[in-house]
Amino acid sequence: MQKRAHTEGIGFLRYFVKGDLLTRLSFFLMGAGSLFRGQIVKGLLYLAIQAGYIYYMITFGAFYVIKLPTLGTVTQTKEFDPALGFSVIKPGDNSMLILLYGVMSLLLGIVVIVFYLMNIKTAYVNQVTLRAGGRLKSFRDDLKDLLDSRFHVTVLTLPVVLAAAFTVTPLIFMILMAFTNYNRDHQPPGNLFTWIGLQNFTQVLYGNPLWSNTLIRLFLWTIVWAFFATFLNYIFGIILALMINKKGIRIKKFWRTVFITTVAVPQFVSLMLISKFLHDQGALNTLLMNLGVIRQFIPFLSNGMIAKITVIVVNLWVGIPYTMLISSGVLMNIPEDLYEASRIDGAGTVAQFFNITMPYMLQVTTPYLITQFVANINNFNVIYLLTQGDPKSLNLYQAGETDLLVTWLYKLTVNEQNYSLASTIGIIIFVICAAVSLLTYNRSRAVQEEDQFQ
Amino acid sequence: MKKKESISNAGIYVILCVMSLIWLFPIVWLILQSFRETPQGAFTKNFLPLTYTTQNYTKLFTDTTLFNYPRWFLNTLVVAVASCIITTVLVLLTAYAFSRLRFAARRPMMNVILILGMFPGFMSMIAIYHILKAIGLIQSLFSLVLIYSGGAITKYYIAKGFFDTIPRSIDEAALIDGATKNEVFWKISLPLSKPIIIYTILESFIAPWVDFIVVSVIMKDNYNNYTIALGLYQMLTRENITKYFTQFCAGAVLIAIPITVLFIVMQKYYVGGVTAGGAKG
Repeated sequence: MQKRAHTEGIGFLRYFVKGDLLTRLSFFLMGAGSLFRGQIVKGLLYLAIQAGYIYYMITFGAFYVIKLPTLGTVTQTKEFDPALGFSVIKPGDNSMLILLYGVMSLLLGIVVIVFYLMNIKTAYVNQVTLRAGGRLKSFRDDLKDLLDSRFHVTVLTLPVVLAAAFTVTPLIFMILMAFTNYNRDHQPPGNLFTWIGLQNFTQVLYGNPLWSNTLIRLFLWTIVWAFFATFLNYIFGIILALMINKKGIRIKKFWRTVFITTVAVPQFVSLMLISKFLHDQGALNTLLMNLGVIRQFIPFLSNGMIAKITVIVVNLWVGIPYTMLISSGVLMNIPEDLYEASRIDGAGTVAQFFNITMPYMLQVTTPYLITQFVANINNFNVIYLLTQGDPKSLNLYQAGETDLLVTWLYKLTVNEQNYSLASTIGIIIFVICAAVSLLTYNRSRAVQEEDQFQ
Repeated sequence: MKKKESISNAGIYVILCVMSLIWLFPIVWLILQSFRETPQGAFTKNFLPLTYTTQNYTKLFTDTTLFNYPRWFLNTLVVAVASCIITTVLVLLTAYAFSRLRFAARRPMMNVILILGMFPGFMSMIAIYHILKAIGLIQSLFSLVLIYSGGAITKYYIAKGFFDTIPRSIDEAALIDGATKNEVFWKISLPLSKPIIIYTILESFIAPWVDFIVVSVIMKDNYNNYTIALGLYQMLTRENITKYFTQFCAGAVLIAIPITVLFIVMQKYYVGGVTAGGAKG
């Protein structure tokens, strides 16, 4: 890959050396090599891209790109306006807009460069084709190609553009933010923020004891949570599926529907309801007290340790039917003769479960398990809707006992406006997820042989 | 042997019954609360309602000054339908491209998407908010549609897995007969992909009904453009919970019914889609 890019780089220089006037002109005026050779629409499109980007940069983009290295130098001030008789705000630089528009302009620039290189290549290919006496592709031919040999371009353009606007740009913006000091004290437009290098990382990893303590505790809890949430749901879900699908069990459809109903009820409804249900003065405590089972309420969600257990148990309620649903199909694929043979060898149900069912399921569903694990690390809904991360703890910075890293991130942005720290946490979460995936993906046969399934 | 079998089956029936009760319990409780008249409030001394009423439901549609439930319902429906159509088309196209077409950027793109997916989704919300503000779309329903369908490319995985299971030889035969890849997609691959189409439609239609993080960041205080989830969430804030808890339950039942029915009817396709796409042996 590297080598190819290298030779292509030289290739473009060679185009200049070998190119005729029109090809060389394309280096400065995009579309020249198409426009003046009869590919009018294509040439005009290239030209429009160049003109559009230059216009955009002059009227808008350049200002922000130039300020990007400092993120702004002019602070907003209040000045007394003698004509009006009171102070008016004199706007300064807005660091956040500089960062955002700067990144946007640079990304747009990369897109334009890609088109620029395409334009040169087209110009050169046109030159060679004409010299060999060939016919150039008409615009109609190009459109036809888009439905056939270049169908992937047609298909992927819109998704890529949307993803670039709503996933990639925002993400790059937020990643960069981790290297600034954007927090409550440096909040645009009133104040500027600026680059501070790796300071956020050193602070949260060891520099600031409160922060690093919070990070470590939430990290451990996040991993514990993700582990239980993933594997308990998985195992119990499979057991439930096995029970429902067992030969001789009647009204299978009924049982399945009962459990699927709970998958279908929107999560935020069921979770918020359960959080009120398990409240200290909630219905369950009331019921248990009325029945005389307990004298004092059980702090399901208000005691750190019990709350942690509660969220894992409630998550079983949420997740088991889902696994049941998904594993049912896979379970039916297990060859019946495997069970038959083991039965003859005298294996019981439990032995079959551990020696046939689980190994088979694990092998087939490893990618699913990895995705689930990563999804649980980022499982905002269950935690936030059930406990909002509470009970609060003084030993933790802006976080509660059941907060995951991802809900901490949410609180840091929404309640604390500590965007730089939040972004730092976001990057740390990414590193964790990437590490988990890398470690496991490479061992999974199903992933490695992606191409060979067809 | 026969006897042992029936004993273990009886055991399973007992377990299934107990589990069903546990799983249905919150749902039954929700329905009961939605019809409760007295005692008032979320936290009461009585587990079961003392008196019942349908007012919680009617109030949702008549008493709309603070909580405009019908409006929110309509908002959500509009957003759900629009983003469902766009997302489904985009997801299927992306998945098809990655599964069937071969081009230089295929692997790199799939890897980039994999990496993008490992960042917490909420992280980019702040930036999205400002981007939308910059292009003047903030607090609009259209911006919600854009966001929900904007991530379409990252959800290709399951649909791709499904396309992978359709034998390639079918495509190749059509290509030899002179069909373009475009025609192959519409006339051959799509008709074979009913389960995954329905799965994708279902997933993308339900997303706007259940998401409240995105809406809360985008809409802030524009109550008129709230969706159901965010609106209902507001009913349970500390100031409102005592007065509106039973109405929350009624509102929740009303949106849970269509989604549940949809889900149960489409169940077969849903399972077919996930198992064919998500897990391969």
